Amino acid sequence: MPTKPESEVMDRPAAEAAGTAARGFISVRNLKTYFEIRGSVLDRLTGRDAGTVKAVDDVSFELAQGEVLGLVGESGSGKSTLGRTLLGLAPATGGSATFQGREIVGMGERDLRALRAQMQMVFQDPHAALNPAMTIEQSVGHPLIIHKRAKGREEIRRHVAAALDRVGLSPPETYLDKYPNDLSGGQKQRAVIARAIVLDPVLLVADEPVSMLDMSVRSKILQLMIDLKDKLNLTYLYITHDLATAKFFCDRIAILYLGRIVEIGEASAIYEAPKHPYTRALLTAIPDPDPTRDIPRDLPRGEIPDAAKPPFGCAFHPRCPMAFAPCGWEIRDLRDLLEARWAGMAEEAHQAERALLGTIEAPDAPEPTSRLSAAPGATGEALLALLERIRNDDPAEPFWTGVKAMRAGDGCVEIDWHPPERPELLDLGAAHAACHLHNAELRARYGKAG
Amino acid sequence: MTEPVVSVRDLRVYYGTPRGPARAVDRVALDIAPGETLGVVGESGSGKSTLGRGILGLLPEGTGIAGEVLYQGRNLVGMSKEELRHMRGPELGLIFQEPMTRLNPLLRIQEHFEETLRQHHPKLDRDEIRRRALEALGRTGIPPTRYKQYPHEFSGGMRQRIMIALALVLKPKLLIADEPTTALDVIVEAQIIRLLADLKKTSGTAVMLITHNLGIVAEACDRVAVMYGGKIVEEGDARKVFANPVHPYTRELLRSTISLETKSLHTIPGAPPSLITPPPGCLFHPRCPDAMRVCALKAPIEQRLEDGRRVQCWRHGPAEAIPDGGTEPLEREEIAVANEA
Ligand SMILES: Nc1ncnc2c1ncn2[C@@H]1O[C@H](COP(=O)(O)OP(=O)(O)OP(=O)(O)O)[C@@H](O)[C@H]1O
Ligand SMILES: Nc1ncnc2c1ncn2[C@@H]1O[C@H](COP(=O)(O)OP(=O)(O)O)[C@@H](O)[C@H]1O
Ligand code: SF4
Ligand code: SF4
Ligand SMILES: [Mg+2]
Ligand SMILES: [Mg+2]
Repeated sequence: MPTKPESEVMDRPAAEAAGTAARGFISVRNLKTYFEIRGSVLDRLTGRDAGTVKAVDDVSFELAQGEVLGLVGESGSGKSTLGRTLLGLAPATGGSATFQGREIVGMGERDLRALRAQMQMVFQDPHAALNPAMTIEQSVGHPLIIHKRAKGREEIRRHVAAALDRVGLSPPETYLDKYPNDLSGGQKQRAVIARAIVLDPVLLVADEPVSMLDMSVRSKILQLMIDLKDKLNLTYLYITHDLATAKFFCDRIAILYLGRIVEIGEASAIYEAPKHPYTRALLTAIPDPDPTRDIPRDLPRGEIPDAAKPPFGCAFHPRCPMAFAPCGWEIRDLRDLLEARWAGMAEEAHQAERALLGTIEAPDAPEPTSRLSAAPGATGEALLALLERIRNDDPAEPFWTGVKAMRAGDGCVEIDWHPPERPELLDLGAAHAACHLHNAELRARYGKAG
Repeated sequence: MTEPVVSVRDLRVYYGTPRGPARAVDRVALDIAPGETLGVVGESGSGKSTLGRGILGLLPEGTGIAGEVLYQGRNLVGMSKEELRHMRGPELGLIFQEPMTRLNPLLRIQEHFEETLRQHHPKLDRDEIRRRALEALGRTGIPPTRYKQYPHEFSGGMRQRIMIALALVLKPKLLIADEPTTALDVIVEAQIIRLLADLKKTSGTAVMLITHNLGIVAEACDRVAVMYGGKIVEEGDARKVFANPVHPYTRELLRSTISLETKSLHTIPGAPPSLITPPPGCLFHPRCPDAMRVCALKAPIEQRLEDGRRVQCWRHGPAEAIPDGGTEPLEREEIAVANEA
């Protein structure tokens, strides 16, 4: 059933682009990058597909020249895959991504290679990014040879020296013949950046460029990236899980969760008034050296789930403290609830509860009613009584908002669910966010206060 | 004051390198009280892990160590390997940064607990092991339903919880956690820090939390020791140190930490000192904005301030040890860009 949110759902391309028309430098529309994951030998023999990881799932955004867009999310949210897809390093499954008007999705390797001279990547781990057997001159000069930009030792050396100088490795002569092992972490990352800029690219995809570095070195590398942006007129896609550095560095921020953008907007708006509970959680979790602040208590529970089996409805619902009826409650959430309960329980009490419960089978797709089987010998009534008791112990637990009704059946409990709704990005003015809390109609239907 | 769990006195640790001995820990003194959380912070290479491993007697073969690590009246330095192994676990526990490299991928969680508990309590039967293991796991949020699973079936955060449970099951008096959250995502990191803080409250175990993240220390620690070039340059109540750092290095490190409040980037010029050929005088003097003439000549003498804080910086005296003209600002060469970190 279509639902009408408090602010109009925009027509799809516009809604998902979530940017202004002037941004045509990079334009990403409904981009998808899926990975088939191979299961066991048996799965392959029986032709069963172990599953698909939707690493990037229907992502759209625009990036203007000279802009810094932050892609922020926990590990496994798809940030790197998105960056790699844009550079043609991971094949897109669908959708479109254009760079200065040219379509990247489906582009041949030859064209991609030419394009990559203009789009470069800086990786998280500077130790792994540099070949330990190559001198800094060889590493930084490598792209010049690959792209036939310079001929002869002299010319290559001139280009490399200029790049090293730009990144603060000066005088360059002291570094040309060094090996990565001779350099500190920060110096290595400077060398990696030198290699990325040696071809004069226009776009840098920086994948966690400072997260492996010491705090005191981070600000130096960030400062360097800011200086380079101005000097070389660069555009950045800054991938990070750290909202503190992103706040400093980015003009706009896109928050990713399990392959989807859950919030996107101007950086100032995201930090001043985050609209998505996940954005709020990321902000709360940042350790702050302010001595008056205590450990955050209102953290989301659990961790980012298996991307091959994403939760129904809103993918964030198992962890979301604000989640309510339409957010996608399912039998897996009941399993999590029981496990969390048992983790704090005395052995006998836990065994007594567990003895009532059969195996929990989770369906692949949402179903209106789930059957939770009782253990052999236990009755549906006894199992229902247990569930009721659990509910009474903690009625505020969001899981119960998703349960429409429960009744005892023959050796089972039948649970009716409120139908899961997948949140779409809604235009909320300064930002777009995909969360039912901003959908007045759903809130009214399920009596969600606030 | 209550008897400290561990007292470190004049601890020195040297690693042999082709270019000579590297003084990774240099005359460190430290007390850890029962049930307190001590944060140890400093840049990479400042000696935090070496200090932690030195306390536990876990340094690699051939490492030079001198000084005292006093535990229940006995000096752990110089104790035989066999004796130390007995102390570790029931008395002194350790949690590492990379849980996956410490959990055996071929063993179930159950077997990890059996191995750990049997090593120190050979008489325990299976039921008692299970009871203690599930209790420790429960306190770290791991449900009993997963007792028989293998490490790879757990997420990164859960593996770190299992590591913590494995350390706690022996009820150690002191737990040394070396960058326990560095490999984790922010939200999970905050969950683990919160867990460590809660466990400290309920179990009375003292925790030494090694991290390069000042934010974590500010949120989770009672006291903090700031390391620079193998020395503790400032040590005191965490809130006081963060609200009002008295050592220039602590101050600069705090200023260069990027947080949500950061309005402009601040950096400390230069790089940490060589531990093989350290600069003369105060190790921080080549980078210190407050450096005076005396700083390049004599190593500062540790002072205790009124609020109980310890600091090694000539700005805090003793005045009588400073030669005439020693308080003049230090003129010096520009820091060579080549020495930038
Ligand atoms: N086994 C070893 N052999 C030689 N030198 C070592 C050894 N282990 C550590 N060091 C050196 O000792 C110094 C202190 O190292 P340590 O690992 O204790 O510092 P840290 O503060 O924990 O740094 P990080 O944050 O990088 O872990 C460094 O210069 C390091 O290179
Ligand atoms: N080559 C691959 N094959 C299978 N799964 C992959 C591959 N690359 C990434 N993934 C999966 O895609 C999801 C997103 O990964 P990634 O883009 O690396 O996220 P992030 O950079 O945010 O950590 C994860 O679940 C990851 O396991
Ligand atoms: S839709 Fe919003 S409220 Fe519901 S689970 Fe997702 S983030 Fe939470
Ligand atoms: S002793 Fe001198 S150089 Fe060292 S921290 Fe104090 S003022 Fe700076
Ligand atoms: Mg990544
Ligand atoms: Mg270390």
